[in-house]
Amino acid sequence: MSMPTGIFILISLIKCAIALFVLLTLVAYIQLAERKIVAHIQSRVGPNRVGPYGFLQPAADAIKFILKEEVTPAAAHKLLYLMAPMISVVVALVAISVVPIGGTFHLFGYPTQFQIADINIGLLFLLGVMSLGVYGIVLAGWSSNSKYSFLGSLRGGSQMVSYELALGLALIGPVMIAGSLDLRQIVQAQSHIWYIIPEFVAFCIYLTAAFAETNRIPFDLPEAEGELGAGYHTEYSSMKFAMFFLAEYVNMVTVSCVATLVFLGGWHGPVFGPPQLQLWLPVFWFCLKVGFFLFLYIWVRGTLPRFRYDQLMAFGWKFLVPLALANVLITGVVLSVMK
Amino acid sequence: MPELTTAPGVDTETTGRNLILNMGPQHPSTHGVLRLVLEIDGEMVVRALPDIGYLHTGIEKSCESKYYHQVVPLTDRIDYLSPLTNNLCYVLAVEKLLGLEVPRRARWTRVMLNELTRINSHLVWLGTHALDIGAMSVFLYCFREREELQKIFEFVSGQRMMTSYFRIGGLALEPPLGLMERVADFVSMFPSKIDEYEDLLTANRIWVGRTQGVGYISAEDAVAWGLTGPSLRAAGVPLDLRKTNPYSSYDEFQFDVPTRTESDVYSRYLVRIAEMRESVKIIRQALDGMPEGPWKADADGIVLPDRDHMKAEMEALIYQFKIVTEGFRVPPGEVFQAIESPRGIMGYYVVADGTTKPYRCHMRAASFCNLQALPKMIEGRLIADVVAIIGSIDIVLGDVDR
Repeated sequence: MSMPTGIFILISLIKCAIALFVLLTLVAYIQLAERKIVAHIQSRVGPNRVGPYGFLQPAADAIKFILKEEVTPAAAHKLLYLMAPMISVVVALVAISVVPIGGTFHLFGYPTQFQIADINIGLLFLLGVMSLGVYGIVLAGWSSNSKYSFLGSLRGGSQMVSYELALGLALIGPVMIAGSLDLRQIVQAQSHIWYIIPEFVAFCIYLTAAFAETNRIPFDLPEAEGELGAGYHTEYSSMKFAMFFLAEYVNMVTVSCVATLVFLGGWHGPVFGPPQLQLWLPVFWFCLKVGFFLFLYIWVRGTLPRFRYDQLMAFGWKFLVPLALANVLITGVVLSVMK
Repeated sequence: MPELTTAPGVDTETTGRNLILNMGPQHPSTHGVLRLVLEIDGEMVVRALPDIGYLHTGIEKSCESKYYHQVVPLTDRIDYLSPLTNNLCYVLAVEKLLGLEVPRRARWTRVMLNELTRINSHLVWLGTHALDIGAMSVFLYCFREREELQKIFEFVSGQRMMTSYFRIGGLALEPPLGLMERVADFVSMFPSKIDEYEDLLTANRIWVGRTQGVGYISAEDAVAWGLTGPSLRAAGVPLDLRKTNPYSSYDEFQFDVPTRTESDVYSRYLVRIAEMRESVKIIRQALDGMPEGPWKADADGIVLPDRDHMKAEMEALIYQFKIVTEGFRVPPGEVFQAIESPRGIMGYYVVADGTTKPYRCHMRAASFCNLQALPKMIEGRLIADVVAIIGSIDIVLGDVDR
């Protein structure tokens, strides 16, 4: 049964609106969760002034960001300076649109998915869009006309390009086993065994590269505050800064989603009970797995120091990329032997 | 298109392909207000030029217009992370000029508090150093323990940081009842906390990678540049004034002087960690063998009399009044007193002209001398190493500028 175009657009718009709302709220609360968790790791309390247990802190932060003065450096390239944060945030949000988070349900009598755009090369699209994020960082650093921003963006550019390679190569193994780039099919192929078991090495490579891809400790060199002030977004304030901030956390969610989809069996998990519960339980399992990855991010931030630029490059090119290539080779050999 | 070399307000001289990068005085990792002008080629530092003076306080000059006993609070503010060590060095210098013998209990208390100060200072160093390299939690763990120390200092002197607890001839007040128990609690708790920091850092591959082989300086260069303290001992020179020129009864304590030979950021880290453990050893000995008796010298006209004497004896009241209002005369002469501060050799050069105020008071600041060797360690390294190396020589800008 094909869907009339009008209904399709309506359903897509509704899903976009819901996804945007959920995502932005989620990001705000991930940030609160991060502050709370890191605080407890460091034997502090964390934000607890705004609302009960600091629960309204994200709202206060949002208001603060909006009300802060917008500063544009006098010698900045105005257009690119304005565009850089937009590129970052738009790219981050677009990437999440192909991420499926559950099975199929009915809306207005038509079957539809827990996913905004169901395209058959979802994974490829996602990697492609995510790699555009580097433009935001490079342009931000370059257009700010500040040396610290510039150094940060140089680091960011080379780091993201290098680790994108390891990230992509790590995903090839699972793709070979599943025989598809469609994220839904990759998940369905894992109904018997999650790919983390046959592809454990790829999982570790992916996880490491994902930290670098999202510029988080121990790979937060583009914004290493101990060295470069705030790196590429040193000169940004107010909502422009908030956009970078938002993009970083949306990216965190995206790479966590991909890890869940490709390695942890997506929304697979025990499903039981009435039909409504059967519809929502997969979504719950998916969110739980993503939540685990997000917690991991925060945990690592509370524990590890930062790499140095040359060590980061050496680690990426001399260790991760060869390892990922070897993994692709071994996966291929094993697959052809088993065939 | 604006060029990257024309940003206003920034020194943007470029020589060939190298970029001049101004680091500080407002920078999160220059430990206060140190300014470094770096000539960089990509991420590599070709030349480094430290620029100091942003925290000049004029304390050396101020000393000349204060009575001898009024100088003590000023000394707190020089190396503000180890105020009691400054106090000690100054009072030792003046006591030497006066030829004053200090009772044993006061000397031992001074040693105990000094070692607590050393731990206090090393905790700040470890925390900020780790924070510079990105290990955020270590910073907060260190400050958690430092808080306990600050409480002890407050208990003793009434002040958390600017203690001013030592006086010429002894202590400012009798050590309060319960001090020994609190210090004992601290030293019984603290070694396990050092283990905790080491768990997070010592074998951490990222930490080792960031610090090992970074910031090398040979032992000859270190001596030639006047490097002292843990940085010198990490180069293999076992110079520790507590051992070689004991002062304030340090010769009555058993402790080791930790040294390493690698002379890099990592070895400086290990030396300071080991020093904290040695300090705990010294404090334990001080707790076990703390002598009884007077806590200040009996020197009329120099040391303030006891309150009860003051209320009962006219002479005591007169001395009290005279010392507070017009100070006391110090016989002409000059003295250089050096002690081992947490950052290296701290020296006070005091010239007396027979009046109630010092004619000249000059400090040999360990931070200032150690800073001179910084460019030698930085040049040829990466920008990320700069912050690691600044952290490793443990400078306090108040100490550098005075």
